[in-house]
Amino acid sequence: MFTTVLSASVYGVESRLVCVEADVGDGLPQFSMVGDLSAQVREAQERVRSALRNSGRTLRPQRITVNLSPADLRKYGSGYDLAIAVAVASGYGELKQEKLSGILIIGELSLNGEVRSVPGILPIAADARKYGCHTCIVPYENMREAMQAEDIKVVGVRSLQETLLYLQGKWNPAEPPQESDTESEMLQGDFSEIHGQQMVRRAAEVAAAGGHNMLMVGPPGSGKSMIAQRIATILPPLSQEEQMEVSRIYSAASLVLPKGFLLYNRPFRSPHHTVTGRALSGGGNLPRPGELSLAHNGVLFLDELPEFSRDALEILRQPLEEGKIAISRVSGSYVFPAEVMLIAAMNPCPCGHFGNLNKCTCTYPQIRRYLSRISSPLLDRIDITVEAAPLGFAQLETEKREESSAEIRERVIRARRIQEHRYTHSGVRCNARLGSKQVEEVCSLGSGERRLLQTAFEKLDLSVRSYYRILRVARTIADLEGREDIMLSDLEEALCYRSIHQKYWQGR
Amino acid sequence: MTQELEWFWLCSIPGFYRRDLAALLEIFQTPQRIRHMQARELEKLTFLKEKQRRSLREHQKSFDMQETYHKNRERGISFISCEDEAYPRRLRQIEDYPFGLFVKGTHLPPTGRTVAIVGARMCTNYGRAMAMKLAEKLAGCGVSVISGMAYGVDGVAQAACLKAGGRSFGVLGCGVDLCYPREHRGLYEQMQRQGCVISEYPPGTQALSSHFPPRNRIISGLAETIVVVEAKKKSGSLITADMALEQGRDVYAFPGRIDDPLSAGCNALIAQGAGIVTEIDSFLESLGFLPTKKRKKRTNIVLATAEELVYSCLDSRALNLQEIMGSVDLPAQQVMSAVTSLQMHDLIEETAKNYYVRK
Repeated sequence: MFTTVLSASVYGVESRLVCVEADVGDGLPQFSMVGDLSAQVREAQERVRSALRNSGRTLRPQRITVNLSPADLRKYGSGYDLAIAVAVASGYGELKQEKLSGILIIGELSLNGEVRSVPGILPIAADARKYGCHTCIVPYENMREAMQAEDIKVVGVRSLQETLLYLQGKWNPAEPPQESDTESEMLQGDFSEIHGQQMVRRAAEVAAAGGHNMLMVGPPGSGKSMIAQRIATILPPLSQEEQMEVSRIYSAASLVLPKGFLLYNRPFRSPHHTVTGRALSGGGNLPRPGELSLAHNGVLFLDELPEFSRDALEILRQPLEEGKIAISRVSGSYVFPAEVMLIAAMNPCPCGHFGNLNKCTCTYPQIRRYLSRISSPLLDRIDITVEAAPLGFAQLETEKREESSAEIRERVIRARRIQEHRYTHSGVRCNARLGSKQVEEVCSLGSGERRLLQTAFEKLDLSVRSYYRILRVARTIADLEGREDIMLSDLEEALCYRSIHQKYWQGR
Repeated sequence: MTQELEWFWLCSIPGFYRRDLAALLEIFQTPQRIRHMQARELEKLTFLKEKQRRSLREHQKSFDMQETYHKNRERGISFISCEDEAYPRRLRQIEDYPFGLFVKGTHLPPTGRTVAIVGARMCTNYGRAMAMKLAEKLAGCGVSVISGMAYGVDGVAQAACLKAGGRSFGVLGCGVDLCYPREHRGLYEQMQRQGCVISEYPPGTQALSSHFPPRNRIISGLAETIVVVEAKKKSGSLITADMALEQGRDVYAFPGRIDDPLSAGCNALIAQGAGIVTEIDSFLESLGFLPTKKRKKRTNIVLATAEELVYSCLDSRALNLQEIMGSVDLPAQQVMSAVTSLQMHDLIEETAKNYYVRK
């Protein structure tokens, strides 16, 4: 008898529908599987046979053929086990084909018929409706995760037996594991723990408010990493849509969603500087999301920027511009979302004490070499560059209460709301993503402001790209102040954040 | 002309420094005789290294001085031997004067009034500012500025002199056809238009660290007076100063704070009896240079209160924003907007990222 069961798998962060066909009929007793299968999928036949037998189903000696279609799509992973088992069982007449329509089945089988969890459930469940399905049968452990998808019935099963009984209408699905959605585990750290560095604090606030990339330059021990880690605490919470995007990526990367709930906090990824380009961009035979995508809608923190391999840094260029990264492999091309806020930190010279003549021993060529590891196209994509000054004892001792993350976050959220309101239906979420044409539209300048920019353009030797960068940052500063128009002081502050790559080391 | 060519031949022997050439001339008296020296005579010159003997032999056989000389001329590189009229007389008087100079540029090596400005490569902003000021004024008095075209004080002083329309001469530790350091390409080109670059090493010679101390003796030899702007305790600038003293030149130094590592060398020079520069104008006067009348620049820019406050806490020492914020007690955004505005008014300058000084 011929039957079909729907299943699916994750490629990149997108799901693909796979049809599992089984045909049981006369002939020499044999179990053959076709459909461009990897070894993991091919092994499924052993698991399926044992699981069926251990669930009390005897397989009469007949010829079993299983086909996974589309046949030109390479299949990976163990998520098809359950679907194959169901297809074979119904091939033996266990189930009627009508009972199987509109039901998507995913799960790995153990020999005794238990169903085990698999990665990438969320993207599949979220797309199930698109495939015309109304129900998803998933491993019980993945149930909560699948339920985050809207508008789809989720059935969590613990064993093959339960699955078959459910499909025969003899078993009522179990409730999901009782877990309370505990908002989120608290983010690490708070801005009130940072002493001094008003300048960097302010820059971080502006960066967060407009989603701008930021580079901090300063000697070791000036608190660059501390500030970077706390930037996630002043970013606005993820919107429902963003939560879904982020959770899909994490699910596809087989990273745990806490208790199966959507990720609530903005991701903060800080790969070590030995990271390879592949690990950053995502890669592998069957591409998996890299650090860039894992930081989607969140912060990608690169500490000691010049220590990263040139390879890895140059990979950042295109994704920073486009907010996504495309990877091509034999098996197809994959697009991963990568809308990150890049926060980078570096020392001003190899020893880090540039400007302090008693400590710094670096020579010009050394410093030049150090700096040249970061290409100017990359620096061009960083809107805000700020100097983290060395801290004195006085700043540590100060009794002054520093502002907490919550207070800063409130202002950031307000600024972001203004932007969301302004950019409804324009496909842009924040100022940092504005194209040059949009910048012209939203940054109207008065004559005084225009004059200032003109003087600055000539005096400070600005490039066209940096001109737009300054406008974008000025727009964010005005948003933070809740102003409709960009004022002189906003532009002046934005000019302060510009990067002066070539000139950095000229004098002290 | 033939004599000139002979000297040119002598000064072009690869791997021979002044000391070796002096020893050869001691024995053979003239460059010709060295050129025509027999192989067995050469073998007897035990003070030469095996490599140098081979190099000399090779040079005798294959160096076409006519052709090379003219090729150099075409490239704008001329040669001046120590017997030439154009050879600077002041340099000829020092004990270990170079036997020949390779020169690239529109002017001949300086014979008029000259001052050498030397100092640290990694200098402070104060050092840069002082070197610039001095060089500008010297240019205004028609005095040539001599230095080594290095990073820091040397380069800054020469660039300022050229910018003010003065004449400047750079003495290199490599061939004159090479620009070292590479970043000073612009300076190197401009110097050739408003002065020249000078080297005792034949064109094509790479900049080796051992070339620089001997180079310094030419700097001091060409100058009447040497001014050290900033120098660490052990530095090339002090070597130049020492050589200048041996050559009987006047040495002056800019005093500094006693705990400043970059002034330690200068202060030590002053302690040893070098002249002290307390004021640039009076220093120039004491040398007999007539400074042009300084025009008072009148500014009638109206500053906002925040800008006034920020401006008042800046001086010639670079301060970063954090330090400025510490002394004016204004919020970060106001300070940032104030410094940009001051910059636009040309009142302050950003020397490094977020470091500011008064202009």
